[in-house]
Amino acid sequence: MTTELMVADAAPGDKPAVVPRRGMIQRDAIGRAAEAVLIPLGALVVSLLLFGGFVAFAGVSPLDVYAEMFLGSFGSWFSVQNTLTLASPLVLTALCTALPAQAGLMVIGGEGAFVIGGLTAVAVGLPLAAVAPPAVVQIGMAIVGMAAGAAWIAFAGAMRHWRGVNETISTLLLTYIGIAILNHVVEGVMRDPASLNKPATHALPDADMIGNIPGMDVHWGLVYGLVFCVLAYVLFFHTTFGFSARMVGGNPRAARLAGLPVGRIILIVTALAGAAGGLAGMVEVAAVQFRASASLAAGYGYTGILVAFIARQNPLAVIPVAILFGGINASGGLLQRRLDLPDASVLVLQGIIFVVILASETLFGRFRIFRPKES
Amino acid sequence: MSKHTTITRRDLLAGAAATAIAANMPFGHARAATPVVGFIYVGPRDDYGYNQAHAEGAAAVKKMKGVKVVEEERIPETVQVAKTMESMINLDGAGLLFPTSFGYFNPYILNEAKKYPKVRFEHAGGLWTPKDPKNVGSYFGYIFEAQYINGIVAGYSSKSGKLGFVAAKPIPQVLQNINAFTLGARLINPKATTQVIFTGDWSLPVKEAEATNSMIDQGIDVVTMHVDSPKVVVQTAAKRAAMVCGYHCSQATLAPQAYLTGAEWNWTDLYPKFITMWMKGEEIPNFYRGAFKEGLIKQSPYGPKVSAEARKHADDVKAKLTAGQYVIFKGPLKDNSGKVAVASGSELIQTNATDEKLESMHFLVEGVLGSLPA
Repeated sequence: MTTELMVADAAPGDKPAVVPRRGMIQRDAIGRAAEAVLIPLGALVVSLLLFGGFVAFAGVSPLDVYAEMFLGSFGSWFSVQNTLTLASPLVLTALCTALPAQAGLMVIGGEGAFVIGGLTAVAVGLPLAAVAPPAVVQIGMAIVGMAAGAAWIAFAGAMRHWRGVNETISTLLLTYIGIAILNHVVEGVMRDPASLNKPATHALPDADMIGNIPGMDVHWGLVYGLVFCVLAYVLFFHTTFGFSARMVGGNPRAARLAGLPVGRIILIVTALAGAAGGLAGMVEVAAVQFRASASLAAGYGYTGILVAFIARQNPLAVIPVAILFGGINASGGLLQRRLDLPDASVLVLQGIIFVVILASETLFGRFRIFRPKES
Repeated sequence: MSKHTTITRRDLLAGAAATAIAANMPFGHARAATPVVGFIYVGPRDDYGYNQAHAEGAAAVKKMKGVKVVEEERIPETVQVAKTMESMINLDGAGLLFPTSFGYFNPYILNEAKKYPKVRFEHAGGLWTPKDPKNVGSYFGYIFEAQYINGIVAGYSSKSGKLGFVAAKPIPQVLQNINAFTLGARLINPKATTQVIFTGDWSLPVKEAEATNSMIDQGIDVVTMHVDSPKVVVQTAAKRAAMVCGYHCSQATLAPQAYLTGAEWNWTDLYPKFITMWMKGEEIPNFYRGAFKEGLIKQSPYGPKVSAEARKHADDVKAKLTAGQYVIFKGPLKDNSGKVAVASGSELIQTNATDEKLESMHFLVEGVLGSLPA
């Protein structure tokens, strides 16, 4: 978003009379791309330095911390697979916040879409598994999980458009309702009587589970997430619908004046977001947990919000940021085990990155080096 | 899209790990000759509760010679625990793991055990069956014996005869505790009642505080609990000048005056025992259960408000339990709706792990105020 809007307020010192030449436009595009990559990267480096100061304060050498973090996240093939596995749910839950943000909505209820998606996927997968081949079971689960998540978040979108209910609050509160429904159902109608001390549904048969990507200890859910990101990017940045959605985000009143069906756009965008969250929940039950239980509400939806913001709500940028967060989580264990840092230090790092990246937004357009020079 | 085999993965992994360690010599110190034991906790290890009890066990292991301990806290019951186990095995060279939260068992521990047959996995609370991998063990204690002692002490200490129990979920392990506590109290005061409030989850500090406050408002003067961290309940009760019986580990330091006694795990005894067996190459039992007799649980020292009479009675019963001569759930027992819960002449013997009636307990005994979902 910001990159587009920047054209308008860029470089107030430019002489308006100069008509940009072709080469200048190209250099401008390169400059903006470089800016979009280098500023967040710089912010990341600053965050790591600040975190180094923090751990030094706790009496641990920052160099040791960086070394262990690298080892635990990207330092070996084992670590890379760890990182990717932990990143995979975040890719989808981040989209649940990033997509509505394109249309100017602040959705923070990805956790709700996640648990509802997982729960409904199991509810459909269990009976289906008895009669259908694995491919049908998985497709059925994915469709139902996505549809349930879509309905969940679209409901908040509809309330926003037609009843004026703030979608940030409503999606947050819907999350509590979603978790309560999950607990109610797994402790009641869908409970496997054998799950005595940890109420859960029956388990899906092994044959119907989502397997690993060949040659890797990472399940296919990661690929689903990547595909979803790319499709969302194309939809929002290379189609008329995407342009309209972003226009709604930029100025809903202007969009309405221009004759855009704002209500319908909001419904579609929130439904897509919910579908991403629901699919994440479906993958969690079909690739990892085998069954629905209270463990579904593990906070992936909330971490997704953080990922979306750091990715500056761009569906493509969600991918590297989710991998970064996967890496931070994967290396958190080593910091605890080898350097005796508390688990919360990982949260501190996530918080620092979040604040520094948001603060770095103000730097866009401030560096002349990214601007084309006039001759 | 079916499950792919992991054979190539393991080869790749071994190769990659070797190169990585060679390339990163300064950090490649993990695979030393010293045996490494890993502990994994679902919450913070200083929670004055479930996790702290295990961490105290781990601390006892740390004092042993010739063994290295690695620990990780706040690991959710998701793929994260699988990755933590793998990371401990691959990067730290752990050969024995104690992933301590109930939800770690199925599927995570069972899967990892198949993947790493040479590593030993010990789990608290799971029900190992002969169908499960042989390198997995499950151990647990019938801690409701100690809740029974709590009940006896509460029965003597309460002036109103009204007791309170803050509980997480209506699952068998929790119901055993509520019932044992109530039976203990009614042994002393047959009119005593236990008000139970289910908060709905293992760690909900705000609800736990609200529940405690509302109980004390109703005239309840002794409170106990079964939640992951009893800290909030203990502190709230103490602030309101009520008395409290602890759970999981000792919370006496949080409320030295209000604390009567508590039901504690005795992992500080068990873990060094298991690890000695493992280092000698002996088999750790796959299924291990017990209570006072086996030294799996213990009672917190009595607080200053506990009368001499109460101490003596509680100690007598504890001695009988330790000798294995006392059954808590003994018919005839009625539930709180008047129906027969345990028939006359039948007993739910606490050391008999295969007693299905005990393991799947779903009733509240007479004297408990509260109800269960159908």
